[in-house]
Order: sequence, then structure tokens, then C-alpha cells
Amino acid sequence: MSEMKNYTLNFGPQHPAAHGVLRLILELDGEVVERADPHIGLLHRGTEKLAESKPYNQSIGYMDRLDYVSMMCNEHAYVMGIEKMLGLKIPERAEYIRVMFDEITRIMNHLMWIGTHALDVGAMSVFLYAFREREALIDCYEAVSGSRMHATYYRPGGVYRDLPDKMPQYLKSKLRSDKKLEEINRNRQGSLLDFIEDFAINFPKSIKQYSDLLTDNRIWKQRLVNIAIISAERAKQLGFTGAMLRGSGVEWDIRKNEPYSVYEKLEFDVPVGVTGDCYDRYLVRMEEMRQSTRIINQCVLWLKANPGPVMSDDHKVTPPNREAMKDDMESLIHHFKLFTEGFCIPEGESYTAVEAPKGEFGVYLVSDGANKPYRVKIRAPGFPHLASMDEMSKGHMLSDVVTIIGSQDIVFGEVDR
Amino acid sequence: MKEFKKNLAKAFGKENLSESFDELTLVINSDDVIEVCTQLRDDFNFDILVDLCGIDYLTYGESDWNGNASSSGFGRARQAQKSSNKKEQRFGVIYHLLSVSDNQRLRVKALLSSENLMIKSVTKIWNCADWYEREAFDLFGILFENHNDLRRILTDYGFVGHPLRKDFPMIGEVEMRYDEELGRVVYEPVSIEPNINVPRVIRK
Repeated sequence: MSEMKNYTLNFGPQHPAAHGVLRLILELDGEVVERADPHIGLLHRGTEKLAESKPYNQSIGYMDRLDYVSMMCNEHAYVMGIEKMLGLKIPERAEYIRVMFDEITRIMNHLMWIGTHALDVGAMSVFLYAFREREALIDCYEAVSGSRMHATYYRPGGVYRDLPDKMPQYLKSKLRSDKKLEEINRNRQGSLLDFIEDFAINFPKSIKQYSDLLTDNRIWKQRLVNIAIISAERAKQLGFTGAMLRGSGVEWDIRKNEPYSVYEKLEFDVPVGVTGDCYDRYLVRMEEMRQSTRIINQCVLWLKANPGPVMSDDHKVTPPNREAMKDDMESLIHHFKLFTEGFCIPEGESYTAVEAPKGEFGVYLVSDGANKPYRVKIRAPGFPHLASMDEMSKGHMLSDVVTIIGSQDIVFGEVDR
Repeated sequence: MKEFKKNLAKAFGKENLSESFDELTLVINSDDVIEVCTQLRDDFNFDILVDLCGIDYLTYGESDWNGNASSSGFGRARQAQKSSNKKEQRFGVIYHLLSVSDNQRLRVKALLSSENLMIKSVTKIWNCADWYEREAFDLFGILFENHNDLRRILTDYGFVGHPLRKDFPMIGEVEMRYDEELGRVVYEPVSIEPNINVPRVIRK
């Protein structure tokens, strides 16, 4: 029998299971992966270079486009970095709104992850269910910012607008009956907070639905259990954060260990895995969704009881009120300066990290005292995760590569920046 | 934090350690990077390298908005200024470390001169440095000694230049189009002009 040689397979960059534009060069021995070499950068847009050429406020929108399934968490790290360097205090209501939307974002991200992960592994139905719930959360984004994805809602000094008193409703249409219209508008009768509260009450049932479909599913377990085991020691060496690190049994969550915003005042648990395989990471993320729902509930309660301002009144950084601009000279000057030149940040450097759904999302800002950042370095959680692709897939089958990509929860917007 | 700072100052010298926004920065000599990082990992429990990045200090502290305003008007601020200062240590490599067990963070900064852009790789100390160093090489042209696989990572195959350097133009140097006659994609010098919409100003 002739000796078989290893052969090289090009996976992607337009493969539906590659979650975007990942190009993997796989060296295979039969069906077993010997070496994986991810080629990234196909979605590189030079966000860091662009941010250097713009006043601080104009780069918030770029943060949305980094990890485009957890938009507001990225904004949070960026604006928190600016606020830290300016020494700006923001109203407590804005902090609660931010935390609530961070958690909404986390659920949105995890719904996207569970849907695509299950789809890659072969379970179509979860994808459809997950996107049903995700739609409601995207509506919350739209209600608050006018945009379904790229919100630019967090601003240095607070959030752009207070939560709307009225949740937008579906309109009459030829395509749906009056009965159907009434049904889909039932939870949209009150304010946005009522809508979110209703969501938080019903969402645990949906999580149960997904976990009924997957957790004890024989095929799901065959595809996930004992795939890509990473020990706690290795996870740290490889620079893992977030669910990837917790899946390996390291109890580390920035929301608990280095609490930012108002996370200190909220009650939630941090789930931790045991073996560090794909199945553990799945369980960790499922539990994170339940915990996020808990946080959202607490935020809704607080926000209902405590109205107030949502934006700092330091008009060097935040735009003044429209009405005041009409008859107050100072407001007019503030407005003009802010929108033509922006604000200057004192010389210095800082690194600010948040617990984004995928792990630690950090922004390293260097300022030389100008109205534009001197250097912005974005620490994307997906970057070290993808870098470990070789180690995670070695010795596994070709079909497991897809499971591993799903388990890493890769999004190319942030990896390539 | 206080005690931790004291220990660090004792090990690496008080003058090298600074604190701002509750964050510690340790400035080190670029030749000692392996010794310092090994000590930080083993004695100070910095088990995770959170981030590694390059920085170019070429135009640090310079603004577009200077000179005589009345003679040249707004136009002067819309063109990139030629950098006047020659920095002895133009480049830097910045390491962000995290200790999960002690809940501490530290920033380590090593400055490099533009003549000798070499620094030892820390991939042996923290394995995840691999891609970060490739990124710093790609974007800044910093060379990491003993790195096994120092290829470009974010830019295109066959890219020329290091895009995050301050003297690399915002609009890039080449543009790409499909040539009908040749039947392939060709690269040509950029045809657009650089434009600054908001001038860079420094106000104290």
C-alpha cells in the first residue's frame, strides 16, 4: 500500500461555518487536523488609524462596528476610558441604563452565538427560536437609539437620550390580521421599561426551550463533550478571557473582580466550568443568559423608581440643551466648540476594560492633550481566542473545527479591527 | 494596591514606576524584557498577558493648528504637517498584564530607538504573545527576536509598509483596480488627496 501524505485544505474565507471571513489553512492527516493556521485580516478596516484622525466623539460609531453583535459593550469600554481620563462623573441613572443595555447586549450576543453554533453543529431549529427572541432585543435598541444595530447610544457623560415612555408598536398592514396585530402589540402598550420587564419575565422560558433542545441532546453531546479541552493553566497562557476562561474553571469576571459602573450594587452569579471543553463553555454561556436576565430585572426596578438626568451637565463634553442654545450665549459657544473641535483630554494614558459577552474588551487610550486620541489600541477578546485555534483543533476531526469556531464565539469585526 | 506597588518599586526601582488613574506603569529597558517579564510572571503572579501593542511617538504633542492664522487661513490646518521633532526613542512596545490570582494589573512599557527596532519576543513567557507580536510587527515594523513565525497578520498578502506608523498616510500609498486589458487586479499610486476635516489642536 502506498504511503499517504498529509494534505492541506483551504477552509474559507467564504465558508458559511467560518462565521465571517476566516481563512483557515488546515493540514490534514486523513480527517484528523494536524495543524491549523488561521489567516485573518480580511475584514481589517484600520479602526485604530481612523480613530487617531478624528475627535473622540466621532469614533464611538466605530466601536459598534468592531464586534457587531455586541455593540453597546464596545461603546461602554470606549466612553468609560474617555470619562476616566477626563475625570468625569456621570449620573447614576445613566449608569443603570448602561448596565441594563450591556446585559441586553450580552443576551443578544449569546442568542446569536447559540443559534449559529447549533446551526453549525447541525441543529437548525435553535437558530430560528433564538432569532425570534433576538428580534425583541433589537427592537429595544431601536426604541432607544433609532438604530437596530449600530446604536452610538453611549456618549462620554452618559447616554444620548432617556428611555422612551412609549414602546413603538407594529402598524396595521395588509399582511397581518387585526387579531394578529393585537397579539404582537400586546407587550408594547406601555413604556420601553415595561417591554423589557415583560421580556425578562418570559425569557427564562425561552432559555429552557433551548436547553431542552440541546443540553441532553445525544447528537449535541457527541459533538461537544470532550472537544477542545483547555486546562485552566493553558487558558491563562493563551490569554483567554470571558466565557472561554470561565469554561476552563477559572473564576474571573471583570464585573465581579474589578466592578465598573454599578455592577457592585447588583446581584448575580458567575458560572464556572469544570473540564474546559466545548460543552462546558456552552453551559457557561447558557447560565450567563439567565444571570443577565436577573441583572436586567434589577435595573428595570431601579430605573422605574428613580427618574433623573441621563447626561452629565459638563457642556465641555456633552452637548447643551437645544432650548438653552436659542437664548444663552454660553450654550451656543459650547455647542459650536464641541461640534467643530470636540474636547481635549489631558495628557496621559489609560487602559479600560469591560466584560463584553466574548471576554475582556479593552481600550488603551494615549492622549497628548489634543482633541484626537494619539493612539487607540483595541484589545479584542476574540483575537487571542482565535490565535489558539491551532492548539484547540490539533488531533480533532475536521468536523470538530466547526464546533471549535462556534465555541470560541468568533466575530471578525473585532478580530480584524 | 499600596503594598503591591511597594514590592514592585523594590524589585524594579521606584523611578521606573508611575501611577495614574489607579493604573501602574513600569518603564523598562528594552534589553531586559525577558528578565523583567519572567520575574513578573513568576514572582508577581502575572499569569495573563492581556494585550501587547506597539506605539509610534513620532508626532507626539504636535498639532495641525499652529503658525500665523491670518496669513494662511484655515487651509493650513487641513494639510498634514511635516513632523519637526526627531525622537530618540520613537517606538515603544506596551504590555498589559493581568494577575487573576492577585487581581492586579500592570502596564509595562519598553521604548525602542528607530535605529534598532529589535526587542526580544515574550512568546516563551506568555504563549498568547505570538499573534500580538505579529500584529505589532505588521502595523509598526517592530522586530521580535526569537519569534518563530513573524509574518504579517492584519494587512493584505504582499502589503508594503507599516500602516500605524505616524508617517504612513491616512489614505494609504496604493490603490487597487481591475485592469480590463491585463485581465487582473493592478496596484497604482493613490489618486485621492489627503484631507483633514477637523484639525488637531492641543489645549491645556
